[in-house]
Amino acid sequence: MMPHLGPMVRKEFIQMRRDRLTLGIMVGLPVVQLLLFGYAIQTDVRNLPTVVLDQSRTPESRDIVAAFQNTGNFRIVAHVNDRPALDRAIDRGEAQAGIVIPYDFPRRLARGTTARIQVIVDAADPLASQAAIGAAAGVAEVRNLALLTRAAGRSVVPLEARVRPRYNPGLRSPNYIVPGLVGVILTITMVLITAMAIVRERERGTLEQLIVTPVTKTELMLGKIMPYVGVGLVQMTAVLLLGRFVFAVPLAGDVLLLYAIALVFVVASLSFGLFISTLVRTQQQAMQVAFFFVLPNILLSGFMFPRQAMPLFFQWIGLALPLTHFLKVLRGILLKGVGLEALWPQVAVLLGFAVVMIVASVRRFHKTLD
Amino acid sequence: MIQPSVETRGLTRRFGALTAVQDLTIRIEKGEVFGLLGPNGSGKTTTIRMLCGLLEPSAGSATVAGIDVTVAPEQIRQRIGYMSQKFGLYEDLTVSENLNFYAGIYELKGDARRRRVAAVVSFVGVGNRLRQLAAELSGGWKQRLALGCALLHEPTVLFLDEPTAGVDPAARRSFWRAIHDLAAQGTTVLVTTHYMDEAERCQRLAMMSGGRLIALGTPAEVAAAVGGRTLEDAFIILQERDER
Repeated sequence: MMPHLGPMVRKEFIQMRRDRLTLGIMVGLPVVQLLLFGYAIQTDVRNLPTVVLDQSRTPESRDIVAAFQNTGNFRIVAHVNDRPALDRAIDRGEAQAGIVIPYDFPRRLARGTTARIQVIVDAADPLASQAAIGAAAGVAEVRNLALLTRAAGRSVVPLEARVRPRYNPGLRSPNYIVPGLVGVILTITMVLITAMAIVRERERGTLEQLIVTPVTKTELMLGKIMPYVGVGLVQMTAVLLLGRFVFAVPLAGDVLLLYAIALVFVVASLSFGLFISTLVRTQQQAMQVAFFFVLPNILLSGFMFPRQAMPLFFQWIGLALPLTHFLKVLRGILLKGVGLEALWPQVAVLLGFAVVMIVASVRRFHKTLD
Repeated sequence: MIQPSVETRGLTRRFGALTAVQDLTIRIEKGEVFGLLGPNGSGKTTTIRMLCGLLEPSAGSATVAGIDVTVAPEQIRQRIGYMSQKFGLYEDLTVSENLNFYAGIYELKGDARRRRVAAVVSFVGVGNRLRQLAAELSGGWKQRLALGCALLHEPTVLFLDEPTAGVDPAARRSFWRAIHDLAAQGTTVLVTTHYMDEAERCQRLAMMSGGRLIALGTPAEVAAAVGGRTLEDAFIILQERDER
């Protein structure tokens, strides 16, 4: 069975070893991406530079400024003397938040009428401002609660909600990003590499020589993807190890199961790349089509942006992407420690995708030149 | 009656509105060195590609080694060798790796493979360059390597598409000596060329122009048929006729 597959795979490995640039990219990409995403990308914004306009200058006002600072969301960078100076600081971007405490703040506080403070947040970047807005509301709420309990003569609060963030108790970004990154890196390299594979042979003229031999088209295509299955699993191992030991990402579930499902995902991605290869005529076209596919994968799969927030139509598109399903597997196994009993729908979709893509590319590929 | 090695009947190939090969009927006997001669665009390469199963004919039929190319192209592969116009081997593989890859593709194994590769290496004379990358070879050595890879499975019919383009005269001469050696052993060779001295070395020629067969016969017969004293005259007459 398939007597020509062995030589095809061996040849592909020799070529892979000779192509230092591609080899470097395949190994370097996971490491660089992981360090970038792991260190640089943090979705929880802290230490927003803040200017303070304290018109009352009393112990009470200093107390409330300290409370803001203690949330960790605000970092006081300057005190200003009037409102225009505060606005200027925010306009120029020297500060992204401003706290205004009016003259009558302590008086109103003492009298029992509502004492107002104003918090101005630069919301041009919603992600950055959201945390500050929440923290500002929190500061007031905590104060209110303390004042009201004291006024009511009670020593404890009447109601408390104890929230337990399960699976990622510290709400750490790396725990969320690193498992997703495994999927993203595999998608980028696997699709891109195989999309170029057959087109490259066509462009260089080596396909013509190969077609006149007894190699069957299935052997030709399998020979192209099999070596990269190994590459994909090596990449995944690299990211998981770095994630574990550099970013302390937990590994709660069955690693063997993760590799088994990853194998299906890798084959699905590779066969998709192969399919692209049969659609285009040049390596450049292959690259463009591959990128056209990779971008929605990053944006719509739930890698960085929650799918629940997307309009229904885009959620459906997301469902058609293998990465969406593989991300659920990754986070499910790594963070939640769940097994096949919870993940079988995702595995079924990935298997289906792989089969459809292999069949489609074998059908589309003809052993002729036109 | 002896079965012809290659036979075409009304072989035609169209690319959209263009007819690259029109109604070509030829018959090539076993052990013959047969030349396809004609200016660029006359349909030589398209003809060879159809005979190798690289392109499907639009009309007509062709048999190679007794097998119909449109019915069973896969069965032909084990019996033919093919050298494309452009170097079709892997430049990032060494001479030896290329030979062994194709030996594997032709299902040669173990001792049989070692013996066959060694025989081919000595026949095309690449013994001193086995560890060199194909990309580093000059035109003449690349062509020898390509011939070697096309001969590993001892094909009965050999298709050579402008095998000596860009090769120096000495290398061309030794290449043609090899071709005649192969023919003497019974291999049928179909070769395209636009070098006159090479055309003279063929036993029979088919002169093509604009996708049609213009003349068929020995080099002298073909020259006379087109109306030139020599083959070169005939070729120039054709080319001028094409340009008008």
